[in-house]
Amino acid sequence: MIWNTNKECMPREQMRDLQGKRLQKLVSYVYHNVPFYRNKMQEMDLSPDDIRSIDDIVKLPFTTKQDLRDNYPYGLQAAPASEIVRVHASSGTTGNPTIVGYTRRDLAIWSEVMSRCLSAFGVTRNDTFSVSYGYGLFTGGLGAHYGVENLGATVIPASTGNTEKHLRLIRDLNITGIACTPSYALYLAEVIERMGLSKDDLHLHIGAFGAEPWTENMRQEIQQRLGLKGYNIYGLSEIMGPGVSYECEEQHGSHINEDHFYPEIIDPDTLEVLPHGQTGELVFTTLTKEGMPLLRYRTKDLCSLMEGTCPCGRTNIRMTPIMGRSDDMLIIRGINVFPSQVESVILEMKEFEPQYLLVVDRKNNLDTLEVQVEVRRDFFSDDIGAMLGLKKKLSDKLKSVLSINADVKLVEPNSIQRSEGKSKRVIDKRKLV
Amino acid sequence: MTLKQLSVFLENKTGRINEVVRTLGQNGINMHAFSMAETADFGILRLIVSDVERAVEVLRARDFAVMSTDVLCLSCDNTPGSLATILEYLAEEKIFIEYMYAFAQADSAHVVIKPNDLPRCLDILQQKKCTLLTKDTL
Repeated sequence: MIWNTNKECMPREQMRDLQGKRLQKLVSYVYHNVPFYRNKMQEMDLSPDDIRSIDDIVKLPFTTKQDLRDNYPYGLQAAPASEIVRVHASSGTTGNPTIVGYTRRDLAIWSEVMSRCLSAFGVTRNDTFSVSYGYGLFTGGLGAHYGVENLGATVIPASTGNTEKHLRLIRDLNITGIACTPSYALYLAEVIERMGLSKDDLHLHIGAFGAEPWTENMRQEIQQRLGLKGYNIYGLSEIMGPGVSYECEEQHGSHINEDHFYPEIIDPDTLEVLPHGQTGELVFTTLTKEGMPLLRYRTKDLCSLMEGTCPCGRTNIRMTPIMGRSDDMLIIRGINVFPSQVESVILEMKEFEPQYLLVVDRKNNLDTLEVQVEVRRDFFSDDIGAMLGLKKKLSDKLKSVLSINADVKLVEPNSIQRSEGKSKRVIDKRKLV
Repeated sequence: MTLKQLSVFLENKTGRINEVVRTLGQNGINMHAFSMAETADFGILRLIVSDVERAVEVLRARDFAVMSTDVLCLSCDNTPGSLATILEYLAEEKIFIEYMYAFAQADSAHVVIKPNDLPRCLDILQQKKCTLLTKDTL
């Protein structure tokens, strides 16, 4: 079902016209409300009047994650504090998380775009839908939650953890849909088998999976083991949260809510805009956001854009699945992890050499992170308890910085490979693409 | 009356013990006794060797994390019950043993002990006229 035919099936020219008008308004808004953008535009000798259509977007400056960090916490916020009604945050490298403030209108638009996604997945008012993304500062939980409510289905705010209890609710409450990470969906399948249940004991038929990249093989496996149809949902907290793009019943590319989030694909090295069909870094401009609007935000996600009307009837542009990252960010159990975060923790602890290796794997359908570190010779102890204590101290610190459990492995001095140039810090054994 | 024990940090990896033993052998260092403490991903190899200082030096040169620790090496009759009598003295005096390992040589048995309070443990054993081995008597 199409939630908003007017916007999702808008003729292309009309869409470009709408995007152009919204961009003009946005540029003028940030120019007058965000010193960061005003300064950047003045440096480029650019005034809001230079933006007359959506084609002029290429004149505008890019925004990066680093810009958000440098302007922590509220430097890029355009709306006055009195208009901000909610704040989400994503983890940061060196203690500075990314702070995103939403106005009441931002939240209404978020619910609207989430409703479009859920409708495309086949969710209706008659469904009971479990949101199994983490609730809290992470945008996944609350973002999906209000989308389900806005659509009129029943939301079960299950969040994460306590999988057996959750599965009993799925069975007993006739839950028909679930939003979670694809790896959690596979874990659910496993727990179902362990509990002696079968997919036929449950009534799940729709899965909204996102927050981490996944493959067609994973989709087939999840669909087969849970007896549902699994759809990709894409988003990022800097832009909004989940709901930026979504698959339809064709499961062939994710439709972008481009009346609100204007996509471009650029060459991450030259920053040139690439034609549709070519793979590059995905960039978004938040056309309608009030709280923290962003011009040409570099997502670091690599994909390409697909033109043309989809057999489902939607005309809005589609993006291919994410094929990788243009930086070294890892997505582990739906959480963004930068190797530099691990590095900063290790550098703070004098007990370890400033060398480390991250080994990411997927065991029993759950991502695992192993952090190998070398104990400094002076801190080697003959006392096993002291050595285990050292291990625990590091894993506790990592947990507080990364928000996920890392399995610390103490290795011998000089056993992690050193190299002159960029050393290999990460081994990702997961096969995603 | 104490003895220096050599401790080596080892990753749980096939062949790592060989390298320690080979290095010691190549440098003419003999092993009298050893014990291995293990956890899920690493172990600590504890050894009594003929020349601790040299062993530390040669193993460090090969990047091993090593240290020497003071332990006591008790010698008692290689007969049933001899060790039990001595351990009872220690228990009565509330001496906690962190770890121990033993090796027998004909009529005598040698027990390496790492107590929580080494000076007091030494006092007690000496008062009880126990035989303690050192580098020179081993």
